[in-house]
Amino acid sequence: MLIKPSSLFKTVVVMAMFFCAIAVQANNKVSYLQVGVFSDNATAKNILQLLKKSGFNAEQRTVEMIGRSAEVVLVGPYERTSQIFYDQNRLGDIGWPAVVKRFPVLHKPKSKPSTFRASTSGSLIAELRGFTDDPLYSEQGRTTVSLAVQPEFYMSWNDRKSSLTFVPFIRVGDEDEERNHADVRELMWINAMADWELRLGIGKVFWGVAESVHLVDVINQVDLVENLDIEDKLGQPMLNVSRFTDWGTWDLFVLPLFRERTFPGVKGRLRGPLVVDTDQDALYESAKRDKNIDWAIRWSHYIGDWDIGLSHFSGTNREPTLDNIGMNGLGQPVIIPNYNLMNQTGLTLQAIFGDWTWKLEATSTREKGQRYTESVSGFEYTYVGLFDSSMDLGWLVEYIYDQRGKQAPTPFEDDVMLGLRWVFNDMQSSEVLMGAIYDLDGTATSAIIEASRRLGQSWKLALEYRGSAGVEPTDPAAYLFRNDDYLQLELGYFF
Amino acid sequence: MRMPNNFFVVSVLLMSFLAPQHVSAQTAEQRGLEIAQEADKRGNGFNDFRAEMEMILKNRQGDESRRFIRVMGLEVDGDGDKGLSIFDEPADVRGTAMLTYSHKVDTDDQWLYLPALKRVKRIASRNKSGPYMGSEFAYEDLGSQEVEKYTYKYLRDEVFQGMDSFVIERDPVDKYSGYTRQVTWIDKAEYRPLKTDFYDRKNTLLKTLTFIGYKKYLENHWRPSEMFMENHQTGKTTRIIWKNYRFRTGLKDNDFQVNDLKRAR
Repeated sequence: MLIKPSSLFKTVVVMAMFFCAIAVQANNKVSYLQVGVFSDNATAKNILQLLKKSGFNAEQRTVEMIGRSAEVVLVGPYERTSQIFYDQNRLGDIGWPAVVKRFPVLHKPKSKPSTFRASTSGSLIAELRGFTDDPLYSEQGRTTVSLAVQPEFYMSWNDRKSSLTFVPFIRVGDEDEERNHADVRELMWINAMADWELRLGIGKVFWGVAESVHLVDVINQVDLVENLDIEDKLGQPMLNVSRFTDWGTWDLFVLPLFRERTFPGVKGRLRGPLVVDTDQDALYESAKRDKNIDWAIRWSHYIGDWDIGLSHFSGTNREPTLDNIGMNGLGQPVIIPNYNLMNQTGLTLQAIFGDWTWKLEATSTREKGQRYTESVSGFEYTYVGLFDSSMDLGWLVEYIYDQRGKQAPTPFEDDVMLGLRWVFNDMQSSEVLMGAIYDLDGTATSAIIEASRRLGQSWKLALEYRGSAGVEPTDPAAYLFRNDDYLQLELGYFF
Repeated sequence: MRMPNNFFVVSVLLMSFLAPQHVSAQTAEQRGLEIAQEADKRGNGFNDFRAEMEMILKNRQGDESRRFIRVMGLEVDGDGDKGLSIFDEPADVRGTAMLTYSHKVDTDDQWLYLPALKRVKRIASRNKSGPYMGSEFAYEDLGSQEVEKYTYKYLRDEVFQGMDSFVIERDPVDKYSGYTRQVTWIDKAEYRPLKTDFYDRKNTLLKTLTFIGYKKYLENHWRPSEMFMENHQTGKTTRIIWKNYRFRTGLKDNDFQVNDLKRAR
């Protein structure tokens, strides 16, 4: 494939940003607080002793000033600006106003033992899925067995400040060929430098606070064939620069490659009468198709018991519209997913009051000239020490709203989720999560049960049930799955 | 979870050698508090530490489960300590990390990082009475032990394991604590907690914690190499084995930021 000049330009921009970030690290001058410049050594020494007595990390240096040598008294060095301001105030309080100056570090820190770490870990999970109802379409079966492997290779150096992580994923053995897929979940190089952090590679980003849906998480494409809960994500190629300040964290994301959503194939359950064809090219609003350079920015901060996050994303919506019908190679009608461009602003808010956690996620999206709002709000209350035992019981209530109503691509547009999280706090970390989602403007109810327990030291057993009842044909997103209630058993080995 | 920071630094403490007439003028509460303050003072000044802990959980039937956790702690002037724990085992929770900013009186701030979701979750830390990682240690047993978190009462002198000791009662100030009171034996020579009995909300003996194999670090910082917790009501036990204690390793505030959780490992 030929590289078009425009995409080459974009690549150059991305690379330039990358090298700028590295350059920040390369600068060998660091910040100090300069308390004063003195012509005589004795005065400087006195002040140095005074500062040291007050607990400051002070030093004295001889510098050249207008052709003469002078003594400066410095406090520092500092890595974070927040520390500079803090010490500047402290110095001010004891009568030594100081200015911020950059000096080279004189004393190289004594060579520390190597902080290189490397580890290999991962999981091997066998899955058995059985559907409780007969399939609606002749190609589908009632049970399927598969194996998912996800190793993780990790190495870090520079006292964990730099690291490289590689997490491939593969599923094999499933009846549905589309579920037998591989992905690079993560291939990320991380470099942390004081107030900055740089991430380059493939990875996953989580911003949400709610449990039932994750509205604000727009960076990663959903790996839908894995699970309907949309918590499995495909690895997203990205450049992420983070800046940490006293007034919050700023994150900038450049997302150069778009990943298509995965959908069940002909033999897969949890689909409609027409298969979504991901083998042929999808439709895109962007002329650059999947090479559109998406970007996102986010500010997040916590103030006391409050956490707040504000984000903006501009690029191709990860959620396709599915109303475009085409033909596959065999001349059968299939759905061709269509990905529109969008601008989405997201808000997350969380507040903790004792045993109560209040949550809000809201997005405002402009797509195809239309603006719509989605939100999820609710609380989590944890009752600790149930019946004088060591068990905890958590109550979750969340209200899900989508302004688009029945036109929304998800089944949740005016729904309430009631959830119960029962944590045993035992040796095996046993846990049961039960949830029911009620459609307030309809009759549909869906239920989720997830239970898990560790077996011995390295094995884990997990049970999951997903079902729905009373779904009306007028709620297409849910109606398509009306016969697809299932029970799933997973046995995992972790190493 | 709260960090095992000051843990041992902890507990209760001893009184210094006061003039006898002074002692007689004191109430048991004053004497208890003075001991606690003196012990706290002795425990301070380590700046920061790193260690590894292995937990061996056993139930009445003898089934075993192990946890490996790396912990880091930082002393904070005028406030509770900061702590970061990274779980290495069991393997299904590997990479999970917990950051705690403990406070002298206020509720601690706590964040949990779930690596599978890449999610940093702020958690309500009032569940201090809950078990830590399914063990017999509650979060509050392992948390930063600030003097202000308890009221004290000196009970008596006693010889414990051949050591002259003070026996002190301390009552949690926080109404969310799982205990009505704790009784601690502290050796007079070095102000180290040797044993603690925990009484539940019904004031029944619940657990006993024994500190084993004290070693001296830095100038005068004593740390046990093992801590053994026995639950008298369930028959379950948890043994913590501390390894590779290092102090003043150069950890800074930077190393205990919420943002750092995502790459804790």
